[in-house]
Amino acid sequence: METTLQGLSSRVKSKKENNFQKFEYINMIYLAIDLAFILEKLVLIAVIIVISLLVALYSTYGERKVAGYIQDRLGPNRAGPGGIFQPFADGIKLFMKEDVIPNSSNKFLFILGPAIAMTMAMLTSAVIPWGNEITIGGRTISLQIADINIGILYVFGVVSMGVYGIMIGGWASNNKFSLLAALRGASQMISYELAMGLSIIALLMITGSLSLKTIVEQQSAGWWNILYQPLGFLIFLICAFAECNRTPFDLPEAESELNQGYHQEYSSMKLGFYLFAEYVNMFISSALMSTLYFGGYDIPFVNDANLGQSIGHNWLAVLQAVSLFAKVGFFLFFFMWVRWTIPRFRYDQLMKLGWKSLIPLALINMVITGLIVLIKENGWPF
Amino acid sequence: MQTLTNRAKPVDRHPMTRMEKLYLPAIAKGMGITLKHFFKKKVTIQYPEEKRPFSPVFRGLHVLNRDEDGRERCTACGLCAVACPAEAITMEAAEREPGEENLYREEKYAAKYEINMLRCIFCGLCEEACPKDAIYLSETFAPANFKREGFIYGKNDLLIPDPVKEPELYQKALGSRAKKS
Repeated sequence: METTLQGLSSRVKSKKENNFQKFEYINMIYLAIDLAFILEKLVLIAVIIVISLLVALYSTYGERKVAGYIQDRLGPNRAGPGGIFQPFADGIKLFMKEDVIPNSSNKFLFILGPAIAMTMAMLTSAVIPWGNEITIGGRTISLQIADINIGILYVFGVVSMGVYGIMIGGWASNNKFSLLAALRGASQMISYELAMGLSIIALLMITGSLSLKTIVEQQSAGWWNILYQPLGFLIFLICAFAECNRTPFDLPEAESELNQGYHQEYSSMKLGFYLFAEYVNMFISSALMSTLYFGGYDIPFVNDANLGQSIGHNWLAVLQAVSLFAKVGFFLFFFMWVRWTIPRFRYDQLMKLGWKSLIPLALINMVITGLIVLIKENGWPF
Repeated sequence: MQTLTNRAKPVDRHPMTRMEKLYLPAIAKGMGITLKHFFKKKVTIQYPEEKRPFSPVFRGLHVLNRDEDGRERCTACGLCAVACPAEAITMEAAEREPGEENLYREEKYAAKYEINMLRCIFCGLCEEACPKDAIYLSETFAPANFKREGFIYGKNDLLIPDPVKEPELYQKALGSRAKKS
């Protein structure tokens, strides 16, 4: 009730004295549309988008550094100290380049492709809990844009939309290599989404909730899900690589076979968006893996609630966000580490792995998990 | 059959075992190798700041030598140009006038002496052909240039600094390849 009153404007307050009935009615509307709430969410969205973009920006730099170090080189180190301005130099270069739209392409779809890729990459961040609640001026703000009760379904919906970016871009280019790459991308994503979904179902049987926030809270209280679902995590990890089009599953952009893949005809910032979307996807799937299997924002080896009492509510939330970002950072490094270790699969090997190994494994994992959950709840029936 | 070295390894063509078909142990092993390289010392030499020392027999840019009094040794005999397999050297001879004895060692000298560094293959045959020890190859290489003309080195670029007037620069330019006479 208090928060509702705060949301009232002075206009409503003056009417309040005249007509109590009307007040109740307007009160209901303001209960639904809380201005401070909208403002708070807008700020949160802006912050999270800026952070995702920054992380993605520096992932490109990190990737080049990791590649260099793994190959006994130093990587970019000329722009600024240690080369930390390299991503900005790359960005400016991409912006300055001539933006070519091929004459024979479908212009609307050609522009739509990178736009979808980028938007869909960003959208998933809405349901990931970046930390627990913080309290500013009496308001409790959750560090999650939307705690929807179908969080995981939302993630899957958005992720499967991401393939449209590749497909539309590849088709609109009117180039046979782009089209081939787009087809590869589409079939690869569909194949691996299946196994990914099945591995998630096994996880859902344990958590009993689709809300990412609830899943994190359960892990904070008990053990991390990786201990219950090691096989499920492995399947999820492999599928995440495939969904992000990362090596060893980077067949849609196999530069040695398809010149450049689906973004061959793209130049300037449209190309930049495609490349950037890949890094945003990496960031988001790292966050998702941390959230689902590695406790999310839970600080390892520490009882978060006790820590919160000693250092304060807000500091705990900050520490939790740092903890989540440390986990995400590790996964980002892992993505890069794998890229510079494992060569690309052949296409038939990719399909074989997806359909003949991962899906049966995920199914077995699901059945076993289901059995154990049943036995745990009902006891041994025989 | 006896092998030349004992490093030859026969190719292992046994069918993969169940463990190998998993690929995961092999992948973990590979990741271990790349992680090891991640922490290894890097071999990169940061070029403009840090330069790799050349070996004393390195054949780089040419130097037209002077004698100890600072006189040019070259007499424009043309043997270097004849010896040059890439035909990179051109020269024009001139006669020494009275009063120029402190400039040129012999009665004939090279008024113009040009080496095209784009043609030169840095074989050092000019150095071998020279009867006067007037030309030798130093330990630096030709720097990059935006124009082709920039690679045609004249006497100004090639002549070593005067040992009498600029002894420090002379010593610096001399390098270890010059014949000490």
